[in-house]
Amino acid sequence: MALVLNDISYKVDNNAYLEGINLSFEAGSFNVLLGRTLAGKTSLMRIIAGLDKPSSGTIEMNGQDVTGLAVQKRNVSMVYQQFINYPNMTVEQNIASPLTLAGCPADEIKRRVQETAELLHIQDFLQRYPLELSGGQQQRCAMARALVKEADVILFDEPLVNLDYKLREALRVELKSLFKSRDCIAIYATTEAQEALALGGSTTLLHEGRVLQSGLAMDQYAKPVNLDAADLFHEPPLNLFHASLRQGKINFIAEHSVAAVPGLNQLPDGEYQFGLRPDHITLEANTEDHIRLDGLVDLAEISASETYLHVSVGDLSWVAHIQGIQPMHTQTPVKLYFPLHKLFVFDSQGKALNWPELQRSGSGSDG
Amino acid sequence: MGKRKVTGLVVYLVFVLLPIYWLLNMSFKTNEEILGGLTFWPQHFTFDNYITIFTDASWYMGYVNSVTYVVINMVITLLVALPAAYAFSRYKFVGDKHLFFWLLTNRMAPPAVFLLPFFQLYSSIGLFDTHLAVALAHCLFSIPLAVWILEGFMSGVPREIDETAYIDGYSFGHFFVRIFIPMIRSGIGVTAFFSFMFSWVELLLARTLTSVDAKPISAIMTRTVGAAGIDWGVLAAAGVLTIVPGVLVIWFVRNHVAKGFALGRV
Repeated sequence: MALVLNDISYKVDNNAYLEGINLSFEAGSFNVLLGRTLAGKTSLMRIIAGLDKPSSGTIEMNGQDVTGLAVQKRNVSMVYQQFINYPNMTVEQNIASPLTLAGCPADEIKRRVQETAELLHIQDFLQRYPLELSGGQQQRCAMARALVKEADVILFDEPLVNLDYKLREALRVELKSLFKSRDCIAIYATTEAQEALALGGSTTLLHEGRVLQSGLAMDQYAKPVNLDAADLFHEPPLNLFHASLRQGKINFIAEHSVAAVPGLNQLPDGEYQFGLRPDHITLEANTEDHIRLDGLVDLAEISASETYLHVSVGDLSWVAHIQGIQPMHTQTPVKLYFPLHKLFVFDSQGKALNWPELQRSGSGSDG
Repeated sequence: MGKRKVTGLVVYLVFVLLPIYWLLNMSFKTNEEILGGLTFWPQHFTFDNYITIFTDASWYMGYVNSVTYVVINMVITLLVALPAAYAFSRYKFVGDKHLFFWLLTNRMAPPAVFLLPFFQLYSSIGLFDTHLAVALAHCLFSIPLAVWILEGFMSGVPREIDETAYIDGYSFGHFFVRIFIPMIRSGIGVTAFFSFMFSWVELLLARTLTSVDAKPISAIMTRTVGAAGIDWGVLAAAGVLTIVPGVLVIWFVRNHVAKGFALGRV
């Protein structure tokens, strides 16, 4: 069982929502679609479900073209961001509804509903109505209805967004384990890189209706193909600056001229964009190839035991993510240090040319 | 609640209920007593007026006729307005917003404007003096309002519910009846209430488009000046009986209407 999308495009009134999407999903796989709002995640899911018809391109299920097939005839299920249940049916009837429609025998329906409800821990609420449940339980009910059907493809469109933080963490862990033993294709859309990293599985980055990158989220975090991809994984975003590379030396901000590290040596002379993770900036010089920047504090944003320091360096605005509480007043002069080997290098179009090495274990400064 | 408030409410209630009380009072009196003098309670309590209405076909058929065309009107209104409102709330088509607004302009004209065209049209196609004629004429006014009200309720139902139902395997018709209609039942209650009220109290069209077979009770009540003068008692009893269906309908839909007023577009 496999789902293949061939060159899918979707346009409405000359607005292109999707362009040239080629993807394939294997049975038993857990897939994540990562992209900002309006990146085309929902459009893509609606096309997979059959709710919308692509403007061009084909969808294949198990080698069969299903592009024009009606929703009812595709074996898919979908969980929305909103908690969608049938308010006039009890939780039990809600979960049972796909089975009832498929004409399952009554005792089988009862057994499967009970099993699925237990899986999602809502077996005690079967006789209640969805609107009498809490948000988390309502979403569990919607998920149970999607799971009970044993669909070939299960689509999750940001299902946890409307839940509070703790509940989201808990459900995410459960969700991952739910799919371990199933041989359906699960597709999960999210805007949060943290979620993609936590869920694992193969991840597709979507940006403005196009696929940027496919693979494992961890690899994409380490080696984004371009600035847009890097942007998806970083909040606060990468600190970016333009600088020129001449004969193995980077010339940037305030006439600093620094010998480039080996990786950067191989790049031809020219103008580049350099990016730096906020985590890699420190207030003390603790590496050998560090670079010092002098700036003025714009804002010290303290969140629990960390500080996000917004600093003006020349006419650039930088963000440093620093461990510990650093209460600093606006306009305080500050010295920032960062190691040269932690620089991302992008060309003028934003294509990534060089990535810093990830520290696989230890200090955790790559968090 | 303060003493003043209670007094205010009592005074208000007396003012509101006085005409109804007086009607009820009159309906149990004889004509002599009604014309004789002021009495706050029937001196010669009688059911004769009601007996006249329930035994005389020229009276009770008025109720049958009225109820018949009102029910036909309600059924047609709902059958037409439900799909129309669904289309307005779910689909985009050329001129949908304009059409939606101009629907309501039907209600800007007084019913009298349509008297002549209806009369002429119905006479020439043989619909004159039938229940259907009155019901159809009333539909011209009740359908636009019904579409307007129902659209408000339907737009409050997220589209994702429709889609989830299709994904689950519901056909459109099955979904509409099994899931959608129960979700907007308050709206349907409000709509039915409004089309009932319009049709039940409307006099002009109902009287003009009927003569004998489909003559409504309101028309009969306005033509009771007999050779012996006006039969006040029977008229009062007819009035009381005319209020009853309205009261019943309001009683049954009161919860839906209250919810509907709070939720939808009324």
